[in-house]
This record gives sequence, structure tokens and C-alpha cells, in this order.
Amino acid sequence: MQTSAQFSPLFVYCLAGMDVRDATIGLVRAVNRDARHWQLLALSGLFLISVYTTDFGARPMHLLSAFTGAMSAQALASLLVKTRFEWKSAAITSLSLSILMRAVDPWMWFAAGVIGIGLKFAVRYRSKHVFNPACIGIVVMCLVFGRDVWVSPGQWGQAPLIAGWAVALAALVLSSAKRLDIAFGFIGTFAAILFGRALWLGDPMAIPIHQLSSGTLLVFTFFMITDPRSTPDSRAGRLVFAACVASLTAWFIIGPNVRAAPLMALAALSVMTPFLDRFLPANRFQWGKASMSKEGRDHETQTPVGSRHAGARLARP
Amino acid sequence: MKLRHLLGAATLGLASLGLSAPANAFCGFFVAKADTDLFNDASKVALVRDGERTVITMASDYRGEPSEFAMVIPVVDVPEREQINVANPGLIEHLDEYTAPRLVEYHDEDPCNRIQYRETLAMAAPQAGAAMDAMAEEAEELGVTIEAEYEVGEYDILILSAEESDGLITWLNQNGYRIPDGAEEVVGSYLKQGMKFFVAKVNLERHDGAGFLRPIQVAYEDEDFMLPIRLGTVNAEGKQELFIFAMTRKGRVETTNYKTVKLPSNMDVPIFVKDEFGDFYKDMFAHQVEKENGKAVFMEYAWDMSWCDPCAAEPLSRSELQELGVMWLDEGGQDQPQPGFRPGPQPVDVFVTRLHVRYDAKTFPQDLTFQVTGDRDNYQGRYVLRHPWRGDFNKCEEARDYADELVSRWDQEAENLAKLTGWDEAEIKEKMAAGGYSEAAINIDLEPKDKKPWWQRLWGNG
Repeated sequence: MQTSAQFSPLFVYCLAGMDVRDATIGLVRAVNRDARHWQLLALSGLFLISVYTTDFGARPMHLLSAFTGAMSAQALASLLVKTRFEWKSAAITSLSLSILMRAVDPWMWFAAGVIGIGLKFAVRYRSKHVFNPACIGIVVMCLVFGRDVWVSPGQWGQAPLIAGWAVALAALVLSSAKRLDIAFGFIGTFAAILFGRALWLGDPMAIPIHQLSSGTLLVFTFFMITDPRSTPDSRAGRLVFAACVASLTAWFIIGPNVRAAPLMALAALSVMTPFLDRFLPANRFQWGKASMSKEGRDHETQTPVGSRHAGARLARP
Repeated sequence: MKLRHLLGAATLGLASLGLSAPANAFCGFFVAKADTDLFNDASKVALVRDGERTVITMASDYRGEPSEFAMVIPVVDVPEREQINVANPGLIEHLDEYTAPRLVEYHDEDPCNRIQYRETLAMAAPQAGAAMDAMAEEAEELGVTIEAEYEVGEYDILILSAEESDGLITWLNQNGYRIPDGAEEVVGSYLKQGMKFFVAKVNLERHDGAGFLRPIQVAYEDEDFMLPIRLGTVNAEGKQELFIFAMTRKGRVETTNYKTVKLPSNMDVPIFVKDEFGDFYKDMFAHQVEKENGKAVFMEYAWDMSWCDPCAAEPLSRSELQELGVMWLDEGGQDQPQPGFRPGPQPVDVFVTRLHVRYDAKTFPQDLTFQVTGDRDNYQGRYVLRHPWRGDFNKCEEARDYADELVSRWDQEAENLAKLTGWDEAEIKEKMAAGGYSEAAINIDLEPKDKKPWWQRLWGNG
């Protein structure tokens, strides 16, 4: 502090007004103002882990490409439906895309961003978008470009993974306790299937533990299936949905060896959400200041962090 | 016809790796020669994959009594006779040499007078490297069914199905397949998944007495692209060594359930590594495995088979690739060799990935699963020797600067080598000094007293 004080009078001036504790609290409050801030922080952490610890991981260039695509689509679509431009959800989509997707050319991340955000605006049912943008972006790219687009689930080492789970869990707890049910519903069912299968086969438990140690699964569990917009409104509906996605994912892996299994399963089952909302209705999220289009439709997903924090809200890509 | 879940078998593979004999290559030549066995107990598997079509070639460097040899592989379906073949052992050797990590030599030019340099190359490459009725009766009693039996080359091959692992293991042990203790769980797991077992033994009457056994090949179609390694971990004393040479028309192959890591490459190392390249490669690999806690698959080569630079060996010919199972070369008429084509490597639509795995049941609990990616970025394990120019370092200003650079370069080489292999840096430096690669060997005073300050050299007005 002494050193910086000598060279940075401005810094000293800033610190003079508040002590360190206040500064920290202020910072946390600022981040907590929007639940998406926690997600952006956590995803940025995961992105950096992927960049620095893997040979075949995320690259800044890919993030830039995804970011450009997602932001362009978001800006254009906001203009078309005359709603406020929201950069945070598109940024979350870009980070998810660059962490999860691998492709042969940089423009493919751009395309995935455009497809993901474009479908967020285009495919909607009762003012909820059906697909998680990053998920559908990757799935469409995989289906269209075959082997030129892929997902590398095995490319995370043990230590980065443990760090990743901690960061992701913390972000989820901080951003919305409401979404823990679907995350745990999914990972619990998926783990139960893998452990159950190992028990039946007489395999060592190291096998299901190893199968659960996947970076793709981590990002999927905490940042995709927890998307409040592409998942059912009611808790019962969410748990049913989580169990279905987990079962289909497990079958995809054990059976026909479908690549990007959890993403494919989520994309395929996202069409269930409108039906689950119909049969298991519940109140939609308590909106903060939802951005409404002319027709009264909103295009972002926003929900309070906790019921008491009036200003905080959660929005997902 | 589906055949899935092939397994690195109980006695599959004992390969050795050494340095190759001198041979001409199109962009340099090999200089090192050694017969060191680098990796014992290594299996080598070539996998050709296109869509769901797969051809697996399993080579073993088994040197023992042919009667003692046995191979046990879980498969999903009963293959037909035509799906099984024996291959020329030279194929995998060639593939191994072509993809091996390589050592490249450069000779520094006279800093006072630019001259031509010569590039030479060394590489670490593996060297060459009955009574059926009674059998069936016994099998039936133990709940084992012989689904098919084939004679292929020197091998007698049986496809077995079983109700439970105990019966199958008893039958296999009774019939000369020595199944290690502790295999029940793994065999049981495969059986519960509905798999059959492909077992092969050498028929001594058909064996020509050659010192080696030919690789067994199986062609099959399945959506799963994987290699069963679990049975291999049961009997293993210590870690198992596995080389996978994956060939696709699309691009690089990676493991989907384990981290794939590039072996560190393109680094300058001290000259003495030339004489111990085998040890260098072995220790480097061990050190890198340790750094990843034993839990990574190492990519040692990923290249378009049409060329190489520098070449550790010529790319495989079309006929060799076809023998290995590359099934798309004749399809669509695109890859036909053109008449009058220049001699040398012909362009072929094959991308090869060499993966090196050191595993045991603890670090690799699950069978390896792979995916083909569209990534065609070339990668090779390449280590560089730079021979210094030896002359009068006081001859010109450039020579004095060169001498200065040389010393820091040698420090860097020592540091690189220590980082790559985990060898002691002080010992490396000692060894370098003994060979004349240290400050003491340069007859110039490197103290800055007679050196001009950098700003004097900056605009040439010093």
C-alpha cells in the first residue's frame, strides 16, 4: 500500500473516503446488484482456467468471435422487437460458447453466437424462449457442420475441475438459490444412474466418479440447465425436467455414443418445458424491472436474487 | 455386423523403442543409432476410423514362446471370418517411425560471414520393435458358448459368450489362456454389457517359427469409437504403456473421457542429448506424465499423412495404408494415384494422430473413448540441437556478440532440458561444460568492461 501511495495519489484519495471493509462491501453490493454479475465472474474464471490449463481449451480469439456474434444478434434483435439492449445475457452466452465449443474456424463461434441469440428471440412460447442460447448454438453448429464442430468433455484436469466446481457452485448460490433445485436434480439423477450402473456391473466406483469429472458437465449443470427461461416454472416441473435430461444424457453416453450428450439431451427436451408449464403451473419469476417490448413481451430473463433484494435480479442468456 | 469394445489384452504387446539406424529422408538424415529398449510392455494399436467404420490393428512385440502367447479381447458381436486378418508387422513399425518424436540438428553459421548450414535429424522410433469337441463340451458345462472359431494366419481364434465370469475364466485358464487373478470383476462387467470375448492363441503347426507374431486386424462397424484397456490393467505390474495411431480423413483424434495433452515440443536442448536421445525421451515422458498426475493422454504427433517436415520416416504408401485398413482411398475415385506423378510421397487424404498413454487401473479406470475432430493443425514432438560456431570470437564485433548470446543460449538449453525431463540442472550444466559448452570454453572475456554500452551500438555511431 505504501508503494502505491507514493505513485498513485488518486488511489490514496479514493481509499481515504472509506476503509477497506466498506470498499469490499461496496464491491460485493455492486456485483450483487445483478445476479448475472456472479455468473459473468464465474464463467470468466472458468474461461481463464480453460485457457491456461489445457492444450485444446478455450482461446481469447474464440471468445471475441462468439462475443461479436452474440452481441450483434442481440443488438439487431433488440432493435427489431424494440426492447432495451441487454449485453449481460449475450456475454454469458459468449463465454459459455467459448468454453464449451471447439471448431476448425474462428467464424464458427460467431455463427454459434448469432444462432443462439437469434433463436432466443425467434423461438418463444408464451414469452419464454424455448432453448438455452449457448446450448442450441452449439447443437445447431454440431448438426450442420458435423466433425468441424465438436465438444471436448475430457479436456479438464483434476485440479482445475475441483476449482471449477467450487467457483460454479458459489456463483449459483450467490446468484439464485432458486436454481439449485434443477442443478442438483440434474447432477443427482445423472450420478445415481452412473453409480447404479456401476454397482450392477460390479465396476469400481472410480468409473462413475471419473465419468462425473467433466468440465462440460460442470458448465452445463451450473450455467445451462439452470437457465430459468428454458426450464419449467414450477419446482416439481423443474425436477421432472432435470431427471429427464439426466436420463437422456446417460442413455446418449452409454448407448449410441452421441457426442455433446448433455447439450443434445437438453436441446431435445427443451420442447417439454411448455407442456410441463401447462400441467404443473407456477408463478413466473418475480420480475425486477423487466424490459418489455411494445407488445408487452419481454426478451430477457430476470428474477430476484433473493426475495428481499428488490433491486437484484437474475437473467440468463 | 457390429464389433465393439476391443481390449488391450492380457498379453497384448511388448514393444520396444529405440533409435533408428541411419536412413535417408527427404529433408535431412538420421544420425543417431541405439538399440535401447525405451518402453517395455508397450502395446501398439492402429485405429482407422471413418464414420462408424473402424479397422483396428493390434501389434505386439511379444518375443517369448509362441505357445505362451494369448490375446483376450471383449467384443460386442461375433465377427465373421472375413472381418479378421493378420497384417505385416512392418506396417505398424513404419507408422511408429513416421510419427516418432524427433531430434533436429542445426549448425550455427559464422557470425562474421554467413555460410550454408546443414540440418540433420535423429529420431526416437520404436524398433522392430484340438480337440474341439472336448473343448466345446467343457465349455458348455461351464456356461461358455463357442460362438465361432476361425483359423487366421498363425492364430486360432475363438469368439466366446458366457453366462458368468467365473465359468469363462475357468474355461480360459483350462485352455491355456492365463487369466490373472482379479479379472472376474472386469470380465463380469463386460459380460453384463452383453459382450463376447475374442480370444486368440498361436497354432504352432501354422507358425513359421519367425521370432515375431503378426498383428491381428479386425474390421467392424459401430457408433462407439473406443479401446478397452481395463483387462490390461488387471494383471499389470506397474503401469502399462500404450501407443495409439489413429488415422482419419477428417482430422485429429482426441480422447473424450481423458485429458489430451501435447507433449512439450520445439525446444532447444543441449548437444549431448544426441547421444542419449532414448533416455531423454523416456525421462521426458515420465516427467510429463508425473506433471499431469498420471491422468493424461499425450499427443506426440498429429499430421497430414501426405508429407512431413522434418521426416522421421517417409509417409506410408497407399498400399500400406490400405493394408492398415484405410478404406476410403479407393472410394469416389478421388484419391487415385495420377499417372506420371512425381516419385516420393503422394498426397493421401489421411490424418494421423499418435497418442501415448501410460496407465493403470487407478489413473485410467475407464476404457478409452475417442472422437474424431475437424482439427488439422499439424503437431510434432521435435527437439532442436544447435551446434555452435567455433572460431575466433574476437574476429569481429558480431562474433563477440555471438559469444555472449551463446552463453545465455546454453543456460536456456540447460533450463529447457531440466524442465522437460526433471533432470538436475546443475548436473546438466556440468555435463555441458565437460563437452565444451560453457563460458569457460569461449576464449573471450565476456566481462562488460570491453563491451560497448548498448546505446553506443544502437545507431551505429559507437
